[in-house]
Amino acid sequence: MKLDEFFVTGEPMIYAAMVSIVVASLAILIGLTYFKKWGYLWREWLTTVDHKRIGVMYIIAALLMLFRGGVDALLMRAQLAVPENGLLDAQHYNEIFTTHGVIMILFMAMPFIIGLMNIVVPLQIGARDVAFPRLNAVSFWLFFAGAMLFNLSFVIGGSPDAGWTAYFPLASLELSPTVGNNFYSIALQIAGIGTLLTGVNFIVTILKMRAPGMKLMQMPMFTWSILITSVIILFAFPVLTVALALMMFDRMFGGQFFTMANGGMDMLWANLFWVWGHPEVYIVILPAFGIYSEIISTFSKKNLYGYKSMVASMVVISLLSFVVWAHHFYTMGHGAMVNGVFSITTMAIAVPTGVKIFNWLFTLQKGRISFTTPMLYTLAFIPIFTIGGVTGVMLAMASADYQYHNTMFLVAHFHYVLIPGTVFAVIAGFHYWFPKMFGFRLNERLGKLAFWLIAIFFNVTFLPLFFLGLNGMSRRMYTYSAGSGFGPLNMIASIGAVGLALGFVVLCYNIYWSFRYAPRENASDPWGGGRTLEWATHSPVPEYNFARTPNVKGMDAYWHSKKENQPLFEGKIEPIHMPNNSGQPFILGVIFFFLGFFLIFSWWIPSIIAGIAVIIMLAARTFERDHGRHIPVKEIIETEKKLGGELV
Amino acid sequence: MKKRGPLLLFFISLIMLLSGCSSKLLVLDPKGPVAKTQSSTIIFSMIVMAVVLLVVYVMYIYMLTKYRATKANEGYEPPHIEGSKWLELIWTIIPIIIVVILSVVTVRTTNAVEKVPAGYEDQKPLVIYASSSDWKWHFSYPEENIETVNYVNIPTNRPVEFRLYAFGPITSFWVPQLGGQKYAMSDMVNKLNLVAEHEGSFFGRNSNFSGKGFAHMEFEVLAQSPADYTKWVDDVKKTASKLTEDEFNKLLDTPVVGRKTYSSTHLEFRPAPEGANGGHHHGGGDADAKDNTGSMDHSNMNMDDMESMDHSQHE
Repeated sequence: MKLDEFFVTGEPMIYAAMVSIVVASLAILIGLTYFKKWGYLWREWLTTVDHKRIGVMYIIAALLMLFRGGVDALLMRAQLAVPENGLLDAQHYNEIFTTHGVIMILFMAMPFIIGLMNIVVPLQIGARDVAFPRLNAVSFWLFFAGAMLFNLSFVIGGSPDAGWTAYFPLASLELSPTVGNNFYSIALQIAGIGTLLTGVNFIVTILKMRAPGMKLMQMPMFTWSILITSVIILFAFPVLTVALALMMFDRMFGGQFFTMANGGMDMLWANLFWVWGHPEVYIVILPAFGIYSEIISTFSKKNLYGYKSMVASMVVISLLSFVVWAHHFYTMGHGAMVNGVFSITTMAIAVPTGVKIFNWLFTLQKGRISFTTPMLYTLAFIPIFTIGGVTGVMLAMASADYQYHNTMFLVAHFHYVLIPGTVFAVIAGFHYWFPKMFGFRLNERLGKLAFWLIAIFFNVTFLPLFFLGLNGMSRRMYTYSAGSGFGPLNMIASIGAVGLALGFVVLCYNIYWSFRYAPRENASDPWGGGRTLEWATHSPVPEYNFARTPNVKGMDAYWHSKKENQPLFEGKIEPIHMPNNSGQPFILGVIFFFLGFFLIFSWWIPSIIAGIAVIIMLAARTFERDHGRHIPVKEIIETEKKLGGELV
Repeated sequence: MKKRGPLLLFFISLIMLLSGCSSKLLVLDPKGPVAKTQSSTIIFSMIVMAVVLLVVYVMYIYMLTKYRATKANEGYEPPHIEGSKWLELIWTIIPIIIVVILSVVTVRTTNAVEKVPAGYEDQKPLVIYASSSDWKWHFSYPEENIETVNYVNIPTNRPVEFRLYAFGPITSFWVPQLGGQKYAMSDMVNKLNLVAEHEGSFFGRNSNFSGKGFAHMEFEVLAQSPADYTKWVDDVKKTASKLTEDEFNKLLDTPVVGRKTYSSTHLEFRPAPEGANGGHHHGGGDADAKDNTGSMDHSNMNMDDMESMDHSQHE
């Protein structure tokens, strides 16, 4: 392979990116050395098995990816702002919308959610950690290796360019001969294994590690949503694993699963992809519902309305999510009968979702609503997401979908669902639980400013796309003619995108500002209305979460213990057993990164060596004797004192 | 809560835009019965959904104005409310009723658009094979024995049966003003029945991403009066050259070409993947699908058969 094939060449933007990547990496390396932070980084972060720290790392990675995906989005909107624009060529544009989709769903939305659930779920159920702390670290490093690998394609080898759905035969070796789609299959595979492990970990954690007395139907709604999400992950991700493996065989070993000749079936890919892909939509939306339920109840100072029907609707949604995948290709010609059945199952999802919307509205009723930043995102979610929901029902009608399919109408719809649904939720959750991570709140003024920018410009960006779709504009077109009449609405959308970006800049500035100047409160319940167990411990949360295990007697245990003046913690402090830190997960992630990299370029000998290294790592782990350690009582009492907790 | 201001504005502008633009937006400006069915389905669903939105928005605004924290209700302790069986039943059952209504409409209209449009069943449909390769469309008229590239002429008020397939990636055949799209794939033939009830030139394109030249993959559908159409066919037969296999292969190898016209089709030397040439068949409720079920059943797909059909000429 020649060097100019290895590195992506020919675009000034790419060279600028290469230079900035090198400069930024050097700055980080020099900075770490100068401030002598290598040891700190290794001991406290890279080797950590603490669920809260892993959660923070997930969120940092997700924010980075938000910006990578966001820059992609801005470039797309810049290109489409005017007709016949020459800013990007077709190839570059195709790569950008492909990576935008993959990164936003798999490397932004998912890790942000997994980050929040890592931080919050063990706290909400009164546990000291997740069921398998070391596995949790492995999950993170596999995700991180996959994400880095995928981003590498930007400067090395070439990005995938067949859309985030990678439909065959377009994504086959025949029609996409560069390594771009190898990056897709390998990077997603590695990250996907990490996600699958997370799903297993959290199912076990939630089922086995709840505080004494907490019944399933007394769990906080966020924990419920994570339990259901984890079950979906467990059933959906193996399908992705298989689909990506078949893709790898087709692209690297001359397989013929999805080819045009020799009996390959392009529809098989579409089916496998969406059998995973549709539940995936609910993997990123159900936790959002959980986050909103917590926030809406906290800031209306009321318990959640219709708890049981909320749980039931999530269960129904999770079941339905597996029987609607064919609505992604109504137009593949499977006839009126099949289309009719999938139309009905798809529309049926509107029923449990509607139940949740009305339950949230009635949670507000007779409450005392305070408009904090997390609550603003939650409240904005309801009307905007409803637009996304009703357009979803419109899309579900097969006969009408023949007209919307693959158009900007669809693009508008799923952004109306995913941005207020998932993005607003993770930002709201981030503001809401921020004190649990760092002991202080983000600035409210800046938070609200960012909110208004994001909420308003979101609509400016995506509302015009509904009309563009109805006017005949397909998605994924890198340009359009002036005669098409798509110009003005595209211009409005592009202006909106700039405003939206500004909102995210303010959001990030807020994080920076608050780290420097925000008052350190260290209150266990800084919002003053916390209802669930995470607010019963200190902020920031000590390594062991709870000095004593809470005794749960019902729902919203912390709220009731406050109101009824009943102690949540009883008994005396005992030594706490904690797992040891370990460098193995990080090293495993690094090896997987190289394994993936070698596979992508079909460098077989290094691949085999890396593969053997993985096996050695796993084997070494089975021979290891590590029983963890105990935190002595004295140390616990000191920590508690330092954090200002009431003692013993 | 200030949020409702801009949102209401958006909602109102949405309704105004819809009513104002409906004559302009291509999908809502149908020129044939299929697109008409689809546009009225869309408008019906929009009205139903607007009612749903309205209910949610009214309740939302009510809750936010009535129960916001103010200085006046400072010491107020909100009550503990578990939920209400009746209310929760209501907002389960009403959406179910709405979904049932929409399902009935969907199933009926989906059946309707898969068939020859009502009122045209007794006419013999004009069969046109529409196949895509790289970033162009080939239109073969087996009856007339002519072929065009990147434009297609059809007579008005006569059902046209497009048979869609591809010599490359999946594409989607879409003429918004005549009817919604369907995929064209390399291993099967999809059928799309359209009728143009007005003369005129209609915009058509591939709407499924298919690689570099995708954005330019447009074609023109010219609906002519039957007399004009016959005249055009005669003209083509007289003036256009024959489409040879070499010429066709050359055409396949050129990613983007302009309009072309030929006085024979590629179907003779490169038949469409249907019947004995087909991998699988998913015709939409078509009469002749029955005749061929034996050879088209893809559950017992025959590998020998597959080898004889070669789809891989395309780079």
